[in-house]
Amino acid sequence: MNITEKILAKASGKNKVSPDDVIFANVDKVMVHDVSGPGVIAVFEKLKKTGMKIEKLWNPDKVWVAEDHFVPAADKISAQNVVLLTQFTKDYGIKKHFKYGMGQYGICHTLSHEEAMVLPGEVYVGGDSHTNTTGALGAFAAGLGHTDVAYVLLNGKIWFKVPETLYFKLNGKLPDYVMAKDLILKIIGEIGTDGAAYKTMQFGGSGVSEMSVEERLTLTNMTTEAGAKSGIIEPDQKIRDYLAQRGATNYNEVHGDSDAQYSKIYEYEASEIEPIVAKPFSPENITVARELSSIPLDKAYIGSCTGAKLDDLRAAAKILKGRTVKIRTEVLPAAISIFRKAMDEGLVKIFMDAGVMVGPPTCGACCGAHMGVLAKDEVCISTTNRNFPGRMGHVESKTYLASPLVAAASAVTGKITDPRDLK
Amino acid sequence: MEPFKKISSIATPLDKVNVDTDQIIPKQFLKLIQKTGFGQYLFYDWRYEKDGTPRKDFVLNDSKYKNSKILLTRSNFGCGSSREHAAWALLDFGFKVVISTSFADIFFNNCFKNGILPIKVDEHILQKLFESKSEIEIDLEKQTIRNNDVNVSFHIEPHWKKILLEGLDDIAITLNYDDKISKYENVNRTSNPRAF
Repeated sequence: MNITEKILAKASGKNKVSPDDVIFANVDKVMVHDVSGPGVIAVFEKLKKTGMKIEKLWNPDKVWVAEDHFVPAADKISAQNVVLLTQFTKDYGIKKHFKYGMGQYGICHTLSHEEAMVLPGEVYVGGDSHTNTTGALGAFAAGLGHTDVAYVLLNGKIWFKVPETLYFKLNGKLPDYVMAKDLILKIIGEIGTDGAAYKTMQFGGSGVSEMSVEERLTLTNMTTEAGAKSGIIEPDQKIRDYLAQRGATNYNEVHGDSDAQYSKIYEYEASEIEPIVAKPFSPENITVARELSSIPLDKAYIGSCTGAKLDDLRAAAKILKGRTVKIRTEVLPAAISIFRKAMDEGLVKIFMDAGVMVGPPTCGACCGAHMGVLAKDEVCISTTNRNFPGRMGHVESKTYLASPLVAAASAVTGKITDPRDLK
Repeated sequence: MEPFKKISSIATPLDKVNVDTDQIIPKQFLKLIQKTGFGQYLFYDWRYEKDGTPRKDFVLNDSKYKNSKILLTRSNFGCGSSREHAAWALLDFGFKVVISTSFADIFFNNCFKNGILPIKVDEHILQKLFESKSEIEIDLEKQTIRNNDVNVSFHIEPHWKKILLEGLDDIAITLNYDDKISKYENVNRTSNPRAF
């Protein structure tokens, strides 16, 4: 069995599972945020109206809550939702609730690894499609709708059809100025936005071993954009060290067997990957950054669970150091802990010296919610994960998806720029 | 949920691929927490001009399809964000069936949870349905799609079929077995403590 099959077998008390088997898995962790949380509460309310009593959750210690989409409160309704969420965690005894303005908080998928909320070998589900992100730690991580999350909150279990696995092997180390973002965009461009529908995308090979933990998280994060059920990477010493730094050492790693089966294997030579950009209006609409050097921009956005981890900010700072931006540029670290590290390392000073606005963690403009959304006809280069029509604001705005290096280089020139061409 | 048996309706043709949940229900409406009333915001950015007047060129505003219960659309429908509001909005607007060649996984599951039947058909069947103007009959019991131009059967997992036919609620079903589950868990806790 491969790692995904082994995790799901263990979670469902079976010796062996195969793709397409339907299993009933015990869940280890569940997450809701300020959009899916109120959604789940709405499902609970509906159930209560039918006479059902919902007094307690299956296990409040395995549930955690993030505030990220509409915080800092975007308006009266979102403020009310945060109040609702706070009442919910109080009512059901959920202790892990990361509240903005009270120490650590941030984007749910960033907290999942930054706070070691999810551990290798676990089954983790969340009320958000990018829950896949956390699979980079060696867990089975998948997003669910509100009703399914409500179900897990009450039962601690959920059924899955065991997905088949596509294996993406990267040979060799990525060259300078090329990041995990470029690789995942290239992959999505090749297999399409439904290329991995209900499949697991597993990443491996020497190039993935060479990557930092945060870079690996970029790969699994965007498996969602290929329609994948989950993304996963086998844990190694880098994962152990990363988790140990966050106080987590007690877990049972799961690894694939030596004769693990994959439904398809894709191989990439790291030396051949170049800076890639996804054009509007789909993550699969890719081309090399150099081909777009005539595209003028209004804005650069360095934020989100995909593109505002510490390594992403370091990459942007490498470009922005000693330079100034030509277009509006925003950097929104994905969690307060990352904000603090960026400050301690001097990255925030580099950004501010360059003229960049540095703001608080939020999903914010990535999902067009608030804080820097785009106007009609505005063109943005962004380190985020989606560029559907209207995703970041007006339905006639345009978003180009790129790595933090490309976004920062483009901020400096005001046009889409391959960082290798920056003078 | 209302039981789903048979539906006859003209189909609304939404001739687009990769319709993501952001288009189905834009982000500004995610803050609303009730499960009903989302229909008025369905496909909001496609449906209305900036000043709120309906856009004449958008299919949902065509009076021909006013009482349509079936949505025809192209591949990978419901991709993107996992927001269940997308299913809530379709249902609230009046759609009970969505027919496409493929659906995004989370959206597909969310449909059944809310009493919507998503049907996958082959490309050539979908094309025929798009070209056909006549009313379509969806029979869930017999698993058939029929009209003047098409007569085919479709696949559905037996579990989902039962849920839709009887209008059952997924969570309610399980909680009906609460006693048995607790009993099993207690036995299992002793015999297989590592599972906990």
